[in-house]
Amino acid sequence: MLSALLKKCRWTQKHLLGIRDLSREEILSVVDLAAGLKKEKDAGAPLKGRRLLNFFAESSTRTKTSFGIAARALGLEVLDLSPAASSLTKGESLKDTALTIESMGVDFAVVRHSASGAPHFVAGKIQGSVLNAGDGTNEHPTQALLDSLTIRESLGKINGLRIALVGDILHSRVARSNLWAHAKLGNEVTVVGPPTLIPRHIDALGARVSTDLDAVLPEMDVVMMLRMQLERQQAGLFPSIMEYHRFWGLTRERMARLRPGAIIMHPGPMNRGVEIAAEAADSARSVILDQVANGVLIRMAVLLLLDRCS
Amino acid sequence: MTTLLIQGGRILDPASKRDETGDLFVADGRISRARPKGKPDRTIDAKGRWVVPGLIDMHVHLREPGREDKETIASGCAAAAAGGFTSVASMANAGQTIDTATAVVYVKARAAETGLANVFPMGAVTKGLGGRELAELGTMAEAGAVAFSDDGQPIMDSEIMRRALEYAARWDRTIVSHCEDATLTRDSVMHEGRVSVELGLRGWPSAAEASMAARDGMLARMTGGRVHIAHVSARETVEVVRLMKSMGVRLTAEAAPHHLACTDESLRTYDSRFKMNPPLRAREDVDAIVAALADGTIDVIASDHAPHTTDEKERELAACPNGVVGLETTLGVVLTDLVAAGRVPLMRALEAMTAAPARILGIDRGTLAAGATADVTIIDPKLRWTVEPSDFHTRGRATPFAGRELVGASTATIVGGRVVFERA
Repeated sequence: MLSALLKKCRWTQKHLLGIRDLSREEILSVVDLAAGLKKEKDAGAPLKGRRLLNFFAESSTRTKTSFGIAARALGLEVLDLSPAASSLTKGESLKDTALTIESMGVDFAVVRHSASGAPHFVAGKIQGSVLNAGDGTNEHPTQALLDSLTIRESLGKINGLRIALVGDILHSRVARSNLWAHAKLGNEVTVVGPPTLIPRHIDALGARVSTDLDAVLPEMDVVMMLRMQLERQQAGLFPSIMEYHRFWGLTRERMARLRPGAIIMHPGPMNRGVEIAAEAADSARSVILDQVANGVLIRMAVLLLLDRCS
Repeated sequence: MTTLLIQGGRILDPASKRDETGDLFVADGRISRARPKGKPDRTIDAKGRWVVPGLIDMHVHLREPGREDKETIASGCAAAAAGGFTSVASMANAGQTIDTATAVVYVKARAAETGLANVFPMGAVTKGLGGRELAELGTMAEAGAVAFSDDGQPIMDSEIMRRALEYAARWDRTIVSHCEDATLTRDSVMHEGRVSVELGLRGWPSAAEASMAARDGMLARMTGGRVHIAHVSARETVEVVRLMKSMGVRLTAEAAPHHLACTDESLRTYDSRFKMNPPLRAREDVDAIVAALADGTIDVIASDHAPHTTDEKERELAACPNGVVGLETTLGVVLTDLVAAGRVPLMRALEAMTAAPARILGIDRGTLAAGATADVTIIDPKLRWTVEPSDFHTRGRATPFAGRELVGASTATIVGGRVVFERA
């Protein structure tokens, strides 16, 4: 069953560094494989005897846990180079960390780092496959893949849709991975937020730009709210939480502007009362918990495909 | 229906390029194309007078709330009406900073109580004018703030200026920039030039203004935001404004009457009524600013009306605050020193006090077109008068024009069809 599913997949990547590197067929292969895995009761430990190392140089609980669950479901041995135990605090260079990982003989290294491009750097130093679990303000590819699976499950298709990404586009690797994904999949993405949090030239990633959430909402099939980090206010990028909520929050009042069937997504963790109100987060339109569940399946699918090409 | 007939005046409306002698009709607070039926409720004889759109001063410090000893909204509005101004834009650096929607609404409500002039509040760009964190520009815009400015303080942090320009553009609001590189102007009391050397006074170099205007222009160009350069005082700044406009930057500029008519030679008396920020500069600067106003490079005449108490102002130069009053002298100075002197065409000078500020602030004022709100100023261009600060309606007394004989003054000021001031 699993091998039949895998056989249909197209995949040529040794690493998963970014959605930017994937073809439309590769994105769809991951989504299809994850959807197939959902029907399987037991994956049967096909990767038994191999080793996965989580290297999270930036704090994370849900993504790291999700990778761990996915890896164990496939029979992988999971190691953790957690920030407190790692050499980061001792000032070890990323090069030495990568060489250490290599000498531990791991098949998969899951890397999260505050510097954009760090997973690419590690990939150049080790024999195994690198999975980017979020690098700086660049990409978070498994998030965009799990978002794509969730959208397809909810709406029955993953092309020809209108998707709004709302919030801090400037710093969001989730936004950027989704932009790459939906440009390839044939969905139209509008980025919405304070003008100070929308990077110039974002149209280079195929995005439409708006600063008027009220005007955009009625046209959207998918509304993806992004986490607003409070330090952005201290950096002078917007005046206050209340003003942000007033103009760019998904409030109870704005829920009425959504078209029938439109879904609400959020990569988590949510700031309730800031970018999203309870009436939105907990509504029947919300697929936020589906996103979490699908995260494990997507990460299993990616590991299986990378294993095939390693 | 309340009707008003302004009879036989020379009607000058820069917005529509109208210049003809005739009657102007007002019905229910609006300019009417046709003569209303029946006898008008009131007729004003305007023969020999100029009938112009109500003048707009987009740079006025009203001080209330918090420093009512310097000026109240009521005294400032009375000064505006007496000076021929039907609208003023108030600066955010009142005694308490206008940096919230609550404060914006307060200023509007207090002005409405006086009924003497329209007050269009500006909000602060940064909280408490601190230059560090953006104020709630969106909420203030929706409460009625027409533009944003930290005037009185430069925004030294270029990143904050960038973000302000980006953010304010969401509501199509202009950032009014007080251009002063404060690291170059510490302890200064006048223009840095030959006169400051002779007088032994610490100077404020022109480069401190021009360099910041250039920065702001570049940031406006990058962000697509709109920036307005307040009180241009230096010829170098004029060149920067010209360059930015030639590059298509959304940049506008204003000049104050004292920078159009006075030089740093005035400081030879060490009199604090010549101390303001930016300072009076050299003759070459004045000539460049006048020429730029005439050709439209400088869009607006704005007074930078900045009242202080006599107690504060009657001190040695180093100790007294910057600022002079202007609402009641601007029109006379412009008509005498610029228009009658043949240096700025009449229509251009009027445009700089009507249509141009209305356009920059995005307010529905500054024209005599049919249907427009009936804000009208009637001017006697031959009236000869002497500036006497004790006659002012403003609470401020310090003016560089005290004792000057001027020709031309408003004789009636009409706001929304109501006569709010008539010269006895």
